[in-house]
Amino acid sequence: MIYDIRLTIATDYAGFASAGRHLVCVMPRDLGGEQRLIAGLLNLHPAPAHRHDRVDFFGNAVVEFAINAPHQGVEVSVQARIEKTAPSAAPAPSLPLSALANAVARCRDMGPDSPVHFTAASPRVPLDASMTRFAAAHITSDMTTAQAIIAVGRALHGLMRFDPSATTVDTPASEAFAKRHGVCQDFSHIMIACLRGIGIPAGYVSGYLRTQPPQGMPRLEGADAMHAWVRAWCGPNAGWLAFDPTNDRVADQSHIIVAHGRDYADVSPIRGILRGSGGQKSRQSVDVIPLGET
Amino acid sequence: MSDDFGSAPQTRPVTSAGRSLFDSYRPLPGVPDELCDAAGHMRPVWAPLIEHLSAMSNQEVAEAFGRGEQHLADAGVFFRKYGDTNAATRDWPYSPVPVVLAQSDWDTITEGLMQRADLLEQIAADLYGDNDLIAQGHLPAELIAANPEWLRPMVGAQPEDTPYLHFCAFELGRGPDGRWWVLQDLTDAPSGAGFALENRIATTHVFPELYADANVRRLAGFFDTFRTTLSGLKSDANSAAAILTPGPLTDTYYEQAYIARYLGLPLLEGGDLTVQDGRLNARTVKGPLPVEVLWRRMDSVWSDPLELRSDSQLGTPGLMSAIRHGHVTMVNALGAGVLETQALMAFLPAISRALTGADLKLPNVATWWCGGEKQLAHVQRHASRMMIGPAQATRMPHEGTAPHAIGGTLFHSEDSQVSTWLAANAPSLMAKELVTLSTTPVFENGALVPRPMTLRVFLARGPNGWDVMPGGFARVGAGQDASAVSMRRGGAVADVWVVADTPVATPTLLPAPSSTPFQRASTEALPSRAADNLFWLGRYIERTEGQLRLLRAYHGRRSEGASGVLLGTIAGQLSVHGVKIDTPLPQGLCQTLSGAVNAASQIRDRFSVDGWAALTDMEMTLKQMQKTARFGDDAALATGVLLRKAVGFAGLTQDNMYRTAGWHFLTMGRALERAAMTTSLLARWADPAAPDGALDLALEIGDSMIVHRQRYATIASRDSVIDLLALDPANPRAVRFQLDVLLDRVTGLTATAPQGYMTDFERGVRTLQTSFAVHRVETLDTKALNAALSEVLALSITLNSAFLQ
Repeated sequence: MIYDIRLTIATDYAGFASAGRHLVCVMPRDLGGEQRLIAGLLNLHPAPAHRHDRVDFFGNAVVEFAINAPHQGVEVSVQARIEKTAPSAAPAPSLPLSALANAVARCRDMGPDSPVHFTAASPRVPLDASMTRFAAAHITSDMTTAQAIIAVGRALHGLMRFDPSATTVDTPASEAFAKRHGVCQDFSHIMIACLRGIGIPAGYVSGYLRTQPPQGMPRLEGADAMHAWVRAWCGPNAGWLAFDPTNDRVADQSHIIVAHGRDYADVSPIRGILRGSGGQKSRQSVDVIPLGET
Repeated sequence: MSDDFGSAPQTRPVTSAGRSLFDSYRPLPGVPDELCDAAGHMRPVWAPLIEHLSAMSNQEVAEAFGRGEQHLADAGVFFRKYGDTNAATRDWPYSPVPVVLAQSDWDTITEGLMQRADLLEQIAADLYGDNDLIAQGHLPAELIAANPEWLRPMVGAQPEDTPYLHFCAFELGRGPDGRWWVLQDLTDAPSGAGFALENRIATTHVFPELYADANVRRLAGFFDTFRTTLSGLKSDANSAAAILTPGPLTDTYYEQAYIARYLGLPLLEGGDLTVQDGRLNARTVKGPLPVEVLWRRMDSVWSDPLELRSDSQLGTPGLMSAIRHGHVTMVNALGAGVLETQALMAFLPAISRALTGADLKLPNVATWWCGGEKQLAHVQRHASRMMIGPAQATRMPHEGTAPHAIGGTLFHSEDSQVSTWLAANAPSLMAKELVTLSTTPVFENGALVPRPMTLRVFLARGPNGWDVMPGGFARVGAGQDASAVSMRRGGAVADVWVVADTPVATPTLLPAPSSTPFQRASTEALPSRAADNLFWLGRYIERTEGQLRLLRAYHGRRSEGASGVLLGTIAGQLSVHGVKIDTPLPQGLCQTLSGAVNAASQIRDRFSVDGWAALTDMEMTLKQMQKTARFGDDAALATGVLLRKAVGFAGLTQDNMYRTAGWHFLTMGRALERAAMTTSLLARWADPAAPDGALDLALEIGDSMIVHRQRYATIASRDSVIDLLALDPANPRAVRFQLDVLLDRVTGLTATAPQGYMTDFERGVRTLQTSFAVHRVETLDTKALNAALSEVLALSITLNSAFLQ
């Protein structure tokens, strides 16, 4: 399936900022065998004094830019065409949950996709005893890791209410969990904490969802802005399984991957430091249009 | 025996403890001691010091120690407690008896630490490079991957030929067998080198003659080489090497300011730096100054809010970018703190053999990572002899608040049993053998008593490998308990003397004769933040003086029984400053003076020791007097005393401060404040509606009574007062005079302003100065004075945008 993607993220300031420096992470990834970036263009307004495109530790494309003249806001726009490729074969069998801890401990790989980065607490995902208890209550010892991941994700979806007005990007996962509501970021952070709590390496995926569903299918939650879901490690052969707890389903051809990280802090679409005063407002618009099968 | 009775006091003063202080010294049983060997004999290297101390009377000892304390007090040495909102300063605990070590002992330490520093350098390069140590199983991956000090943005970012470590420190203790053990590696942003320097200077004040002859290895050469090394890391001679500080609220800020002054390097905060085009610049009053080398005293994780901790208010956004571009050398590299990981010590002996084929010459404390099955079993069996805590912490367990166990007792944990807690959390825990330390003598109540001791040893990378600072810094425990656990924060610090067998070379900081003609060093550019603080120091000091004059007049008039109207007039003028006469020496006055002290405390690196002492002395005197002063004559006398101190401080800055840009800003602050205060005073007191006596008051506050009498020989009139206090270019108390000063300063500064245009500030100063030059007493009425006052105050804003942003 080929998609055309259009994204605008803008921040408007109440006053002038005399200078600003930002890091954006919004371009879909090129992931062999899963997703191909055919073309991608990222524009910045106002034109920055300095721009540097590079790849971060996890392999995500990031753009760092600095604006040195007084300005009243920043706008980032992306145009991209990507192709999602269907998996060529059934995934390798997942390890039994009971064998996973050993497989993680034996791992000597420090590469970006190694499970070792995704086992411990990370900046936005502290380990939380109540989440660990919740996860443990929804698995059984005879499950495979993949079954456990899906069971936890599904249980979480049943527990939580999707509510775009209930939380902000800065709401801690523990608060969203206690109040049983939130958006894709909260669902994902909570699921990550749940999985890490029971020993399954889990990370954060940011990306896009197709805006309009295929005929006869429901429209997915989170399609009108950048989306987030979870990937978790099922062993050295099976690798990573991606699950979207907001929509209660294994991530599929509708999920377009922008970035992998431990949590939101590693992959936030736009990070910025300003010199100036006054508040700011953000707006975001996303269009993901399927162009058809290849 | 009878000889001793009669003759000793005359020929040789003795302490109350007896003939030699050593005779009454009692080391702790079973604990090795630095002064006394196992057989009970004094180690020879201590003999000159003990003999010297024993020959002094208690009073002489007290005087000698007093000289050291006085030196430290004069230098304003303090630790600052982080998180303390009023940023209280406290005295630095100093133990005047140095720890004395023989050169041979020291050589063992030096050799071992050089090897260790080289090994740590190799490990850092591997952890941020190829990760062979993990791939080959020498280190568990999860220990590093889950480590908050292992910074992913640094992976592959360090330029190939730039070392990760240039300056490190090690905490050492001497074990029961007399061997030295490494207790702690300090590789991220180690503190203490400045304290070592201060210790040494204090000690030379305590033992001046002894020190000169005792073959004590000197410290100056170490710092000199390090300074040369830092400046050698620059590629461009016009760029700067600087020290990066988290700011005045850090507990070691004083030390950083001290060492910045000593090395002649600018002390910069994260906010002083900007990154443009991948290059690091300091914001200065002359525009951006390129910075190529940063000796970092800020922890790695705080130094770039864009790529590291986003909640950091201390860092420089884009610093990582400058590092990635290879345009700045960090001393040490960001992320070097991963080497401080407690559990790493468990793997160092094997890593040393694997990487270099050699054993560690200096062992570290036996350490186990509980993530390994065998290791966990061992720790479970021997928990009562261990200290167990977080594997990834960079400090020892008892120094943090995380759950830990010491000798089988759990702290900060909900579990009740060490074994269940261990089993449940094994991979995130490490264990260390509980070590006991050696003791060293400290002087208490006329006698020497043993106290546990750790050494801190500093290494700097020089042109020919590692340089080791020969002594300087030991921490001394407060009680008798010699376990390493007893060394909590606090305690005291002592100098460490490494005593050579032969006379030591006294390094001189004088350079060898040069064949090129002498060139005067150019003055460095002034960071904008420092300029801002100097400007406000000037304003607050002048404002303090003005308020003191008003208060003195108030109390003087009051004791003479002046009218309520006149007293109200003075109180009204004070209320313009927000000062309410709630007590004879009002709270508002204290706040003004605190403003000055606070501004000065932010710029300790460019502020003379005498200036600081004068300022804090004034603050202390005011606080004392505030408790006792009574309305009327008593308070008038008190304000007189304070006024003389304020004037003394002003004179100090006028006569002794080098005429750098910093002095210009201080002077402009004073001139602006004085012009504003006098204008405001005249607008009220020279107004036709002012009460009788107000004109005389104005002359008194303006310190111009005598000159008025000489000049006019009449009673004060509105015209004579306006002339003398507003328009007279020869009277330093006149507004015109201060505007001339401002004009003079601004011309000096704008000669080097970044743009060729006249700044709004210069335009404002010129306009005002001209208007006062052409005014006549008749035209300068109350309305004109009020208009001038707003223009003077507006100068503060235009000055800010011209130089301080």
